[in-house]
Amino acid sequence: MKLKINARTSEYIAKGFIWGAAMSVMIVLVAIIVYILVKGLPVINFSFLTTNPYNMGRSGGIASTIVGTIYITVVAIIIAVPFGIGTAFYLAEYTQENIITRIIRFSAESLAGIPSIIYGLFGYIFFVMYMGMGWSILAGGLTLAFMILPTIIRTSEEAIRAVPHIYREVSFSLGGTKWQTIIKTVFPSAIQGIVNGIILSIGRCIAETAAVIFTAGSVLSMPGSLFDSTRTMAVHFYILASEGISMDNAYGTAALLIIIIFLINVIVNALVNRFISKSK
Amino acid sequence: MSENNIKIEIKNFSFYYGQKQVIHDLNLKIHKNEIMSFFGPANGGVTTLLRSLNRLFELNHNTRSEGDILIDGESIFDPDASVTELRRKVGMVFEIPTPLPLSIFDNVAYGPRLNKKKSKDEINEVVEQAIKQAALWDDVSDRLRAPAMSLSGGQQQRLCIARVLALKPEVIILDRACSGLDPISTAKIEESLTKLKKQFTIVIAPHNVQQAMRISDRAAFMLMGYLVEAGADIFTHPQDQRTDDYITGRFG
Ligand SMILES: Nc1ncnc2c1ncn2[C@@H]1O[C@H](COP(=O)(O)OP(=O)(O)OP(=O)(O)O)[C@@H](O)[C@H]1O
Ligand SMILES: [Mg+2]
Repeated sequence: MKLKINARTSEYIAKGFIWGAAMSVMIVLVAIIVYILVKGLPVINFSFLTTNPYNMGRSGGIASTIVGTIYITVVAIIIAVPFGIGTAFYLAEYTQENIITRIIRFSAESLAGIPSIIYGLFGYIFFVMYMGMGWSILAGGLTLAFMILPTIIRTSEEAIRAVPHIYREVSFSLGGTKWQTIIKTVFPSAIQGIVNGIILSIGRCIAETAAVIFTAGSVLSMPGSLFDSTRTMAVHFYILASEGISMDNAYGTAALLIIIIFLINVIVNALVNRFISKSK
Repeated sequence: MSENNIKIEIKNFSFYYGQKQVIHDLNLKIHKNEIMSFFGPANGGVTTLLRSLNRLFELNHNTRSEGDILIDGESIFDPDASVTELRRKVGMVFEIPTPLPLSIFDNVAYGPRLNKKKSKDEINEVVEQAIKQAALWDDVSDRLRAPAMSLSGGQQQRLCIARVLALKPEVIILDRACSGLDPISTAKIEESLTKLKKQFTIVIAPHNVQQAMRISDRAAFMLMGYLVEAGADIFTHPQDQRTDDYITGRFG
């Protein structure tokens, strides 16, 4: 016997399933975040943010790890963003599909699938040892730059390709050169997507552990220059928790990580929206 | 017509997409200050021809042309000729309204801002004048900073005309520029065009035979890439049977 379900019933079932899936995901996410915030927020206070950790992180705050995280992320972003966006424009605007674009795209896609610890190993061998940078912010930032490059290329290229072709035709038909068309029309239309890719990458840099331990080390003191070793917040959290040094401080660090990533999202999006509404 | 009245001269012009020839050895002269229509059944090659006049087809890969197109006696394909200058001289309005995602003002100012440094006042003046010429000023004068997308379809198309006028062009091309518009918007645009031809040479693909009859000074009938015939009395005294059939609605 065939089970007959009429259209309205199947509509109900589908709706229920989709709603249920979305709700479960949200509940899990919210539960994780709330759990960490509840455990971590009480630990965060002014001195936690402003004193360096000592006693392996059992005592003191996390000031040096905040600074280390910012340094490494900034280095990675400053290097990866121009190269990533440049490559994306090259792929989307300046070439037709050919052997070179296929090689670039294939490499980028392969690189995106590699586990971050492999980047760590590469960074260790190439930057730390071969280039003689030692464990340092520079080596860590460069390694992370390689790690996020594929993401930035892909998201930027997608955003550029999503700009309607007719905009380009209009710009050219009004006497625009290729460069003017890209700067005045394509880029402003694609910026939202490009920035989303950058935010995603910032998040990955801040949250990365494996690749950073291998390349920037895990020194607890306040870094003085790009050539110093440092410990990022994520690494600090990992060591505190995995070695059972201080769960309180681990949760405090984790809560701060979540807050920082959230704030970056909000601030960058606000900046982009201001830029967009200005150019409109 | 005397020779110095000729704005555009198309000479033995052929056009290919890859191997496929879509315009065959076309010869035609377009006069100054006239409205010239190209019409005919689908795929006749009208869009291709219009996009050749400002070399916009070069954006498509794998295209090739033969023969020549002269504007004021000079070849637009001359290796020394600047294509951006050509496009400022030969402005184009597309089939669908194509406002850029900018404000009304910035859309019209887009062209003038591209070349040479112009002062704010100069830009303001050019923009205002262009919008007035396109009969859009009364609709938008109080909201020049609003997004162009917020205009109605007819207003958007007049904005696109204003955007072209701001280039201070010599030739204006309109490829079926009224096809998506209501009769009132269409009438407004046709009225503007009839005024504008005093200053410009206007080349259009009308969206139907009636529109071609209403506004053209001369018209050319295109069929499968061939120019069948062209002239001022093509609608009243077609020379070719195929033209007659098309105009009277026997095919097309
Ligand atoms: N980008 C392209 N690549 C390949 N062939 C094309 C391309 N654009 C147009 N063609 C072909 O060229 C021929 C002429 O097309 P064109 O668009 O110039 O005609 P048209 O008279 O404007 O037609 P319509 O009445 O549909 O607007 C058609 O056979 C069309 O399929
Ligand atoms: Mg067409």
